[in-house]
Amino acid sequence: MRYRIVAGSNVPIFRQIADQIGRAVATGDLKIGDSVPSVRQLARDLVINPNTVAKAYSDLVASGVLENQPGRGYFINKRRQVYTKTERLRRLDETIDLLISQSVALDFSASEVLDRVKELFAQKLSVAPE
Amino acid sequence: MSKLAIEAKGLTRYFGTKPVVQQVNFTVPVGSVVGLLGLNGAGKSTIIKMLMGLLEPTRGSCSLLGVESMSLGPDERSRIGYTIEGHFLYSGMTVRAAEALQADCFPKWDSLLFQTTLQRFGISPNERIRNLSRGQRAGISIALTLSSQPELLILDDPSLGLDPVSRRALNETILSFMEPGDRTVLFSSHMLDDIERVTDRVMIMTEGRIVVDSSLPHFVSRLSVWTCECSEPLDRVQIAGLVSRRQVGRNSSFVIVDADEVTQKELYRLGGNTARQEESTFDEGVMAYMSRSRSAASLMSI
Repeated sequence: MRYRIVAGSNVPIFRQIADQIGRAVATGDLKIGDSVPSVRQLARDLVINPNTVAKAYSDLVASGVLENQPGRGYFINKRRQVYTKTERLRRLDETIDLLISQSVALDFSASEVLDRVKELFAQKLSVAPE
Repeated sequence: MSKLAIEAKGLTRYFGTKPVVQQVNFTVPVGSVVGLLGLNGAGKSTIIKMLMGLLEPTRGSCSLLGVESMSLGPDERSRIGYTIEGHFLYSGMTVRAAEALQADCFPKWDSLLFQTTLQRFGISPNERIRNLSRGQRAGISIALTLSSQPELLILDDPSLGLDPVSRRALNETILSFMEPGDRTVLFSSHMLDDIERVTDRVMIMTEGRIVVDSSLPHFVSRLSVWTCECSEPLDRVQIAGLVSRRQVGRNSSFVIVDADEVTQKELYRLGGNTARQEESTFDEGVMAYMSRSRSAASLMSI
């Protein structure tokens, strides 16, 4: 997997890294038990401060995506929920908010959007079982 | 407590009757990369010269590696690497001759590191310095400074006038210098992208004062940008934590530090349902602090 970041974006660099790993897990590019590059290696590859990578990884550990095995590195974790029901809903709503405003701007109706979501959901999940 | 590589206490410098650096206090612990930002004339170089003991403070004091700057001796100086603004080099010399001159002054000279750094910038040791590009000259001056294996590196605007390839080489060089973990870098720059990539702490100066001294993630997360069609004249708006204000078309744009419910209420009062929070970037935050008018209301120090 190839990581990319841009400086000067409205997404801080540590979050860009976390998002890419999160996305790769969702699409199945990274599977449970896969390792991610060491903090030092990824910092070197991307020419960024190692603390930035460390922050991305520790956020991913906190949200349950990564597991830190001291001395061995970071690995993709079994999916487990670390958030409460309310927090999960809040996070989902945040994303849906964006979806709704985009849908309105692009002139899609609620049912068109729902059908599309179902379709893509099925597609993604057939690629990434579990 | 971690050890301090740099400490400044009440550091003040006047040129004639003009205060150029005023009551500056900060510490840099060993192991950090700090970016010093500010408009031209904000006082960055003056601070750096005082840190290096090249300029006497009018008031206050500063120290490097625990030694007062004005009494740094050859022993301490050999543990500190410093490049002046503009990368001064003797243009008639070959790269090799420049290395020989520098190596004589430093007991722990690392010739291999010098070669590696030259390669990063694509420079051959046989070239004459006057025939090299500005980016390559910067490379030599960085290589000359690093190869003495300093514990503390102070770079005054090292990326000035560099092309993107040399800037990348410079960033790589700084980061690989930091890898042992017990080293420290302070550098001034106008390249906000480089600062965002390389540093873990930022200090921003305006008019001789340090207005931000913060870890990089905190700096961005504490700032927010709000816009609204403002019902009051822009220059009369008072909001707690206001850093800067700007008119963009019909909208007024506010950068605010540590916004909370009170801030939100105030913005809805000013702009009704036109008030909204926008996404903020590191650049925007820096710009906001650099361009703000003098007021003690929204300093940031963590």
